[in-house]
Amino acid sequence: MSGEPDYAARLRRRHRSEMRFRFYGLLSIALAGVILVVLIGSIVLKGYSAFWQTHVRLDFAISAEQVDIDNLRETNWGGLVKATLRDMAPGVTGRRDKRKLYQFVSPNAGYDLRDAIAADPGLLGTEFSLWVKASDDIDMLTKGHLDRTLPESDRRVSDLELGWYDRFVGEGRIELRFNLDFFTTADSREPEEAGIQGALMGSFLTLLVTLALSFPVGVMAAVYLEEFAPKNRWTDIIEANINNLAAVPSIVFGLLGLAVVISLFGVPRSAPLAGGIVLALMTLPTIIIASRAALKAVPPSIREAATGLGASPHQVVMHHVLPLAMPGILTGTIIGLAQALGESAPLLMIGMVAFIVDTPTGFTDPATVLPVQIYIWADSPERAFVEKTSAAIMVLLAFLACMNATAVWLRRKFERRW
Amino acid sequence: MHSLILAATVLLLALFGYALGRSRSRNLAVASGQPLHSLPTYYGGYVAIWCGLPAVLVMAVWLGAEGAIVRALTVQSLPAALVSDDPDRMALLLTDIRNLAAGSIVSRDVDPALQAAADHYQSLRQTGFASMVVVVLACAMAGLVWARRRVVPGLRARNHVERIILWVLVACSTIAILTTIGIVLSLIFETLRFFEKVPLHEFLFGLHWSPQTAIRSDQVGASGAFGAIPLFAGTLLITLIAMLVAGPIGLMSAIYMAEYAGSRLRSTAKPILEVLAGIPTVVYGFFAALTVAPFVRQSGGSIGLDVASESALAAGVVMGIMIIPFVSSLSDDVINAVPQSLRDASYGLGATQSETIRQVILPAALPGIVGAFMLAISRAIGETMIVVMAAGLAANLTANPLEAVTTVTVQIVTLLVGDQEFDSAKTLAAFALGLMLFVVTLGLNLLALSVVRKYRERYD
Repeated sequence: MSGEPDYAARLRRRHRSEMRFRFYGLLSIALAGVILVVLIGSIVLKGYSAFWQTHVRLDFAISAEQVDIDNLRETNWGGLVKATLRDMAPGVTGRRDKRKLYQFVSPNAGYDLRDAIAADPGLLGTEFSLWVKASDDIDMLTKGHLDRTLPESDRRVSDLELGWYDRFVGEGRIELRFNLDFFTTADSREPEEAGIQGALMGSFLTLLVTLALSFPVGVMAAVYLEEFAPKNRWTDIIEANINNLAAVPSIVFGLLGLAVVISLFGVPRSAPLAGGIVLALMTLPTIIIASRAALKAVPPSIREAATGLGASPHQVVMHHVLPLAMPGILTGTIIGLAQALGESAPLLMIGMVAFIVDTPTGFTDPATVLPVQIYIWADSPERAFVEKTSAAIMVLLAFLACMNATAVWLRRKFERRW
Repeated sequence: MHSLILAATVLLLALFGYALGRSRSRNLAVASGQPLHSLPTYYGGYVAIWCGLPAVLVMAVWLGAEGAIVRALTVQSLPAALVSDDPDRMALLLTDIRNLAAGSIVSRDVDPALQAAADHYQSLRQTGFASMVVVVLACAMAGLVWARRRVVPGLRARNHVERIILWVLVACSTIAILTTIGIVLSLIFETLRFFEKVPLHEFLFGLHWSPQTAIRSDQVGASGAFGAIPLFAGTLLITLIAMLVAGPIGLMSAIYMAEYAGSRLRSTAKPILEVLAGIPTVVYGFFAALTVAPFVRQSGGSIGLDVASESALAAGVVMGIMIIPFVSSLSDDVINAVPQSLRDASYGLGATQSETIRQVILPAALPGIVGAFMLAISRAIGETMIVVMAAGLAANLTANPLEAVTTVTVQIVTLLVGDQEFDSAKTLAAFALGLMLFVVTLGLNLLALSVVRKYRERYD
């Protein structure tokens, strides 16, 4: 009789420990979810403002004599912009103050003026206004990333510039506009001019090489191993090898690319061709493993029926098994390519980390890719690059989401239960 | 670009050959009344393969060899004044000649001799390309004509085509092997050259890492020490922190998903983990460097701790987050493989669910879980971007997670990014580190596999 309350207490203890255990499990899952939300949230919060850019309205009155209309390159456009700025802020004397004034707008504002005049020479001799990009510090100020209450010496924008800024705001000269240039320009040292077009093009060209190499080779290797290979030592070695390759750190592939692809085969450094080859070797195991799984899922009855109708082993595979396995193979390929799109470590090794201001147009042009562009920008000290980096990450994640969604859609749509 | 056009031409020729072979086989069969051995498409394929394959192979070999031959011919024709014995100087000279020929900037004054060499180089390139076009197209045409003449109704075209396809398949499947051999050979080759300059024991047991080799003998801080122990220690520290994060969270979420969660929770929790797994490492690196590291630094500062801005803790925690899905999906598989009869027996004896998990399922799944952890560790050791962006560069030998440490992968990247000569001990050290990395991760993977295989309980 004396044991009974003991039992009850023990049972309660056991149930409490059960609840605790359960709670820890739920907590871990919740933690993973919270981390994901924090990760994505912090990037979106940091980066969404990069899709807008502060513009400044400048009023010009340029006479035809100031510009050689047949030879627009010869004109000192920067000087014209500076003159306008001096008119807007009268009373600025002293070299240092003037330089600050000139730095109010992007150094490329002169080119915007040139392009505007080239597009419409009728503007000459009239008074017209033009919206040009503000410099990155002013942009940060507009977006509220600069703390105005700090003492002047700790601020990137001085009191003088703040004074101009507030006056221009009052005059309606400052405006946030959608930053289309972010998608149509390549990298630049000036944060307000930097865009991702070059990196996007580099990623596209690199992935094209990767796809062209890894898809046919991967599928053919999978077909051989799954359908034709005899079960012997050699095929065991190949199999073990493929599984091991899938686990080799990506940076080692970069070393391989440096020593073999670039030094031995003489593929140009920094080129999408070199990057594509390295990423293809990395993606190959993923594609082979996925393709083998898809081929294995095709039931033997299909093969037997085709053989029974007189098809040769090759015809069985090429005409029946492979088409039926294709959705699975494509799903695996897309997932492999999505991994390749996000990969950056091996590309650092083969020189795709250079500062490149031209958008690449061919497979041997120097190029960089989106993840590496993110890495380069993340290393830049300017505050404005933080938001550019976050915006580039958002673009990268959007591409990855699209690719993975396509893979999921393919699987849902064509998945067959036999 | 021109090579692409040539390749496209060969492809077109092959397509033409396909059409030719197909129609010829049909016409011959009709004319002679003899039945064809194979379907007409196989005759087309036969001609196309003989037209395209040799031409493409010739082109590949040519493109591979052309650079070296042109270089050798250019060097031969150089005036004696420009030639030097130093291979580095020669490499620089050749780069200049190539740049001059391409019309870009060169690093020295352009004298007539250099200009002549560049012109010679350019003409060699042009002759080389022209002769390649001729040879490749001749190859394709010869193959086309020859194969077309062999097309007769009695030709066993299907067997020919299938045999060639089989060889192509075999060749594709060996590329994986070739990749491994390439990795091993290139790493070993460069590592051996590294150990000619730096003794093995200094690399493996040295406590000081400072890979800047001195250019002048009296230079300060350029000792060129290659003791890798601080790197290994830093890698281990960050990996340990990562596993302390990923191990419990990954394992507990796997247990919860496998044993407790209903299908609705599973269908939301699984995608969360998959998304975490799909985020590129450079994004984690950015997150670590700009969100987690400042947070760790501030919260450390608020309780009076001095935290480095590139602390091992921040890099390790974020790396752990990256590995959570890896641990959880592998453990999930293992736990699901434990047969239901074990659970039923345990419940039948009156155990609660958590007691069953802790005392029956986990011991039964232990080998698999150990294997999963080993794979996760090998993933953490080889991870690059997070540590490159969030861990330090200076090699500190410390166990304090609040200080900055550096890792093997960080050093490989810093040693190899940027332009430097290929022969210095500094560059070669990266390959030695790469070999260590390759051997350790490969060893961990093989060990994980053998643990799983050896200790797996057999239930059926």
